[in-house]
Amino acid sequence: MLSTLGGGGGKPAKPSFVSYVTPEEINQTEKECSRKEKHPDLLPGEVIFCSAGPVLKSIKDDLFQRVVYGTLLCTNFRVSFISDEAPSDEEAAQLFKNKLYGENDIPLTCVDHIYGGFDDKKKLIISGFVKNKYPSKIIVCCKDLRLFHFSLAYAKEEDAKKIFQGIVYHCLEPKSLKCVFAFSYGEKTLLNKENQTKPKTVMFDTSEDWAQEIKRTKGNCKLISNNADFSISAKLPQFFIVPTHVTQEDLTKFDGKGIPIWCWSHHSGCALFKTASLPLMQEDASSQLYKSYMEGMLNAVAQTHLYSVKTEELSDSLPTVQDIQQSYSKFKQFFLLDNTNDFWMTDVKWFSSLEGSCWLDIIRQCLAKAVEVVECLEKENTNVLIMEEEGSDLCCVISSLVQLMFDPYYRTLGGFQSLIQKEWVMGGHRFLDRCNHLHLKDKEQSQAPVFLLFLESVWQLQQQYPPAFQFSETYLTVLSDSIDVSVFSTFLFNSPHHMASIAKAMLEPGQRSPVNWPTVWDWSVQFDSRAQDFFINPLYMERSRQDKAPRKMPRPKHQRHQSLPSSAFKFSPSAKKGFLKDETDSLKKMLRVKRLSRWMNSPDSAQASTREFFVAWQRRPLDYHGLLLPCLEGPTLRLWSQRYLRWIPEAQIFGGGSITILKKLADLLAEVQDLRGNLDRQACRADFNHQGVVARAKSSIQLSSAFPFTMPRSRSFKPAIPIGPLHSLITDSLADQEDEENLGIV
Amino acid sequence: CNSSLRMEPVPGLPLLPGEERVIDKEIIYMCPFSGALKGKVFITNYRLFFKSTDMNKSVLDVPLGVISRIEKVGGATSRGENSYGLDITCKDMRNLRFALKQEGHSRRDMFDILFRYAFPLSSNQSLFAFLNQEKFEENGWDIYDPVQEFSRQGLPNEKWRITANELCETYPSKLVVPCKATDEDLRKVAAFRSRSRIPVLSWIHPENQAVIVRCSQPLVGMSGKRSKDDERYLEIIREANGTSRLTIFDARPNVNAVANKATGGGYEGEDSYQNADLVFLDIHNIHVMRESLRKLKDIVYPNVEESHWLSSLESTHWLEHIKLVLAGAIQVADKVWSGNSVLVHCSDGWDRTAQLTSLAMLMLDGYYRTLRGFLVLVEKEWLSFGHKFASRIGHGDKNHADADRSPIFVQFIDCVWQMTKQFPTAFEFNERLLMVILDHLYSCRFGTFLFNCDSEVKTKTVSLWSFINSDQASYINPFYAVENGCVLYPVASMRHLELWVTYYIRWNPRVRHQHPNPMEQRYSELLALKAQYLKKLEELQLSDTAVHLSNSSAPPTHLTNSSASPTQLVTHLRTSM
Repeated sequence: MLSTLGGGGGKPAKPSFVSYVTPEEINQTEKECSRKEKHPDLLPGEVIFCSAGPVLKSIKDDLFQRVVYGTLLCTNFRVSFISDEAPSDEEAAQLFKNKLYGENDIPLTCVDHIYGGFDDKKKLIISGFVKNKYPSKIIVCCKDLRLFHFSLAYAKEEDAKKIFQGIVYHCLEPKSLKCVFAFSYGEKTLLNKENQTKPKTVMFDTSEDWAQEIKRTKGNCKLISNNADFSISAKLPQFFIVPTHVTQEDLTKFDGKGIPIWCWSHHSGCALFKTASLPLMQEDASSQLYKSYMEGMLNAVAQTHLYSVKTEELSDSLPTVQDIQQSYSKFKQFFLLDNTNDFWMTDVKWFSSLEGSCWLDIIRQCLAKAVEVVECLEKENTNVLIMEEEGSDLCCVISSLVQLMFDPYYRTLGGFQSLIQKEWVMGGHRFLDRCNHLHLKDKEQSQAPVFLLFLESVWQLQQQYPPAFQFSETYLTVLSDSIDVSVFSTFLFNSPHHMASIAKAMLEPGQRSPVNWPTVWDWSVQFDSRAQDFFINPLYMERSRQDKAPRKMPRPKHQRHQSLPSSAFKFSPSAKKGFLKDETDSLKKMLRVKRLSRWMNSPDSAQASTREFFVAWQRRPLDYHGLLLPCLEGPTLRLWSQRYLRWIPEAQIFGGGSITILKKLADLLAEVQDLRGNLDRQACRADFNHQGVVARAKSSIQLSSAFPFTMPRSRSFKPAIPIGPLHSLITDSLADQEDEENLGIV
Repeated sequence: CNSSLRMEPVPGLPLLPGEERVIDKEIIYMCPFSGALKGKVFITNYRLFFKSTDMNKSVLDVPLGVISRIEKVGGATSRGENSYGLDITCKDMRNLRFALKQEGHSRRDMFDILFRYAFPLSSNQSLFAFLNQEKFEENGWDIYDPVQEFSRQGLPNEKWRITANELCETYPSKLVVPCKATDEDLRKVAAFRSRSRIPVLSWIHPENQAVIVRCSQPLVGMSGKRSKDDERYLEIIREANGTSRLTIFDARPNVNAVANKATGGGYEGEDSYQNADLVFLDIHNIHVMRESLRKLKDIVYPNVEESHWLSSLESTHWLEHIKLVLAGAIQVADKVWSGNSVLVHCSDGWDRTAQLTSLAMLMLDGYYRTLRGFLVLVEKEWLSFGHKFASRIGHGDKNHADADRSPIFVQFIDCVWQMTKQFPTAFEFNERLLMVILDHLYSCRFGTFLFNCDSEVKTKTVSLWSFINSDQASYINPFYAVENGCVLYPVASMRHLELWVTYYIRWNPRVRHQHPNPMEQRYSELLALKAQYLKKLEELQLSDTAVHLSNSSAPPTHLTNSSASPTQLVTHLRTSM
């Protein structure tokens, strides 16, 4: 260690652009250690592009700012800093180690922004070509919200220039998909078939998976399996499910648009569908075609159950993907803080800043919309068709949230992963474009953290009902990080067709075998089994055997017929002309009643009805294995502090955080499981291969609220003391008053 | 009162020993969440109890002590359904609205009776605590014995002595002062400190002997008076553990401390106290705090502010005040932990000072984080050092707008709650304890929070601690892990401070509170399982040895019996495997 400077105590920390090391110290160190070229442990297929040293990395260790010497490298996978200090071999550091990248590695696709430090100014870098002077510092902001400060001031000028250009080029410049590391990695690794089954994830890439799913939910729809060669549509998966009354002819009409894709069936028989909407509002020749086609599709959906359907054009009531991107860009800035000073300065207006970004509000809107859909399915037993332009963004968010709220299976680890496969991966969410990993200029407009928005909403549900989820908060955080690790096929493509065509193209030059891209669900790629124990929520209670018997909801039959949809087709009234003309008179009558009721409902009363639905649900005893509805009142939506605060030392509670309770629970759970294993052995006199599922970190490990992502190196006895202006506090007449009227002067 | 009322018991209506029914009335309760509820209200000399005729709907059970204001709403001419009645403002973040018939004098009767029993002091009646006949095994008044508590801290020692208080009527009977200071010295110092609240020891670090000393502001005044005796006294305190610089924490904002000079107060000047560093902690006065909590109530009751929740919350400044109090206490604790003695005061040393010293002691001393220790802490820093509970809460007094009222103690309990949130395994007591303490801060059922300073109240009333200690199990945090000699620094940042929803928004049924706490429930389930398995294992091992002793070659018969049991057990393990 060279010097320990900066921050604690009551004094503001120096801004990080000041060099903390005097030149004398530098010279001394250079003499001391003759520099050796250092290499990281390269992954299969990984190659080094360039490197430079000595580079200084400034780090904030338990509130103290200091610098470490090392070498900075850029490979085809990551930017990596190799410290000259001996790596910490503490158990704590090894406990939750990611096998692909360490604390000093930044996967190239994880880089969000790069800033160049010129003297004491900082400039956003957009290109590797610099007119005058190369920056002496590189500041890398990561998508997982880590922040790195590297100083190139002591490296040879030539090296510094090279590494700067290299990093900027490989992180920010547009590139082709084949340059993504997954391709080099996939060529050199063998697919690990065994580990993929733990926990069991349904990939939905076979017709059996879909058949099984429709059987599980007792759905009443038909499986389409002749898109295996994507002849029906390149936008749809190879296998999918549609209402029984959709004909083969219907499928091939508008390149997949307008086809109601089955998502999930409610136990009453009604079901949730999603679709990419046809441009119905256009006033051209084709719009009439679209309208009558859509009527046919609605007819088909309605016939799934009780001839009822409610449609919801999500873009009418939810933010656009651009809104989502804009809001998140604002929001994430709050967590990329240069120094202690920034932390406390932004603390004063923290709540209004959060509100200003609208990010929590967008989460609320998504959850609220999902509750509305749940209400239709649960209370009114109406089929629901959600739609949006592509049918693969907010449709995915809403349909997955609805299913999570309804179906306890999706709240298990395997179930959750299967849900993401079904709705997102097979549902054709454009992961590649939404993440814009390739930094294509023409894709900048389509970049948006839609999947992250979903994970955020899941986190809100999870923190409101912790015992209902088999997976932990840590799991969600790791999953959100994995989006930006360019190794997994899960997040690499825009659709199943996209992936299939790339795979096919790779095969053509006469390769031996198809490329092996691991899916993110093969967690052994990133974590050993001990670290994977952190994915399990110790609060989760599996439904006991008695409860597992299928429960019939006591539901008076007449209620179904009485309940009417609160709203139905939203598009122009003319579209409804001739609707259901092939149906019997009685059906027509029934439908007319429903339409009438819809017109009487104003949007306000729809909201009131949803609130009533929530209150009625809330009055019933809470069943963690039944329907879950999120509470959406202001104070109940919270910041995902593990994800967003984990790297900020000032925000770390040493020896505290909810992890201290979870750890205790996990330890006790492990103990109970050991005892049971023992019992089984004793009883059966056989070797029982007991597998613990719980993290058994030794109690000597110092916990902090950021565990297991960061661990305090040493017990810090210096508290973080707020500094900064207290302007926000009013100084009105009240503040000037005395506490007591008369002062006791003796 | 009507004696026949006392005769017929009402199902569901609890009556404490000494509690008497006064009046019953048919009434409509205007519940802000479920709408108008028809029912009957029962008023006793202790509580207002409402029972809805619809058995499934809510009941109200409100101690009259929480009432701060009763208003008649609607006149003879008022229209609209249920617009004629009473509006009751409570000290615990809610309002109660009742609608009555206009005919007869039912509203006047109820208003008069409520007024008389809710504000007994305004009509020279006594508070319910003096009528309460409850008996408990343990006498809670005995929980705090200053001599015993100081001896736990290793006092007296060669530097610090315990002396009887003859100087200050708002101070406890026993004071810890430096051995080097004579009684005469103390008298002189008292003359220079507001209300004679001289600097006395509150806590001493067991190893480095750094101390927390509390007092009131010095009487510097406009002319900038000095007191050689006070200056020397502070030097003695500093020298007691060889602290090179004594840190004086003035809880007030700098400007307020300066302004206090005008009324004869002030702060320790640099020139006069050369070996001391003065730090202002910027905590605002009781009026600002009262206003802040009032604003908070506006945004959470009856409905939670929807569209701009976060900025509304910010504009109440409630959490910002919490942050400043915690930040101040952290600085106090940090100094003491690193070996420097500190002196803490505000203006009189009974509001902000009590908050700071007690919170710093919670951070520094694990004993105060136990159930018993926490009660001792409240007795010691708040009750014995004269936090003016009577004035701050306004027990039994109709003057709801009294400027002396302020939620200083609520704010302290909120700070404690923030700490328990940040360190969920460091406290032996749970959130329930804090809620019960706050409920009885207003209820007037116990004598604990009734008066401004130690008084004869102890012999005539029941202590809240008697009640709490009669049911300790329900206040225990199952996750508590004893960690001795460990300082806890909460993070006083808005990123971690949160609104205590289960307290401030507890009346709103739409904000769901999970009871019982799923974590606690899970934990006790697992503990039960563990015990069950251990017992089973023990049995197995016992029978195993028995079989081995009798006949090792014969097929062990017990296995067929016992092998069934683990599988039975498995069904109970509701666990992810």
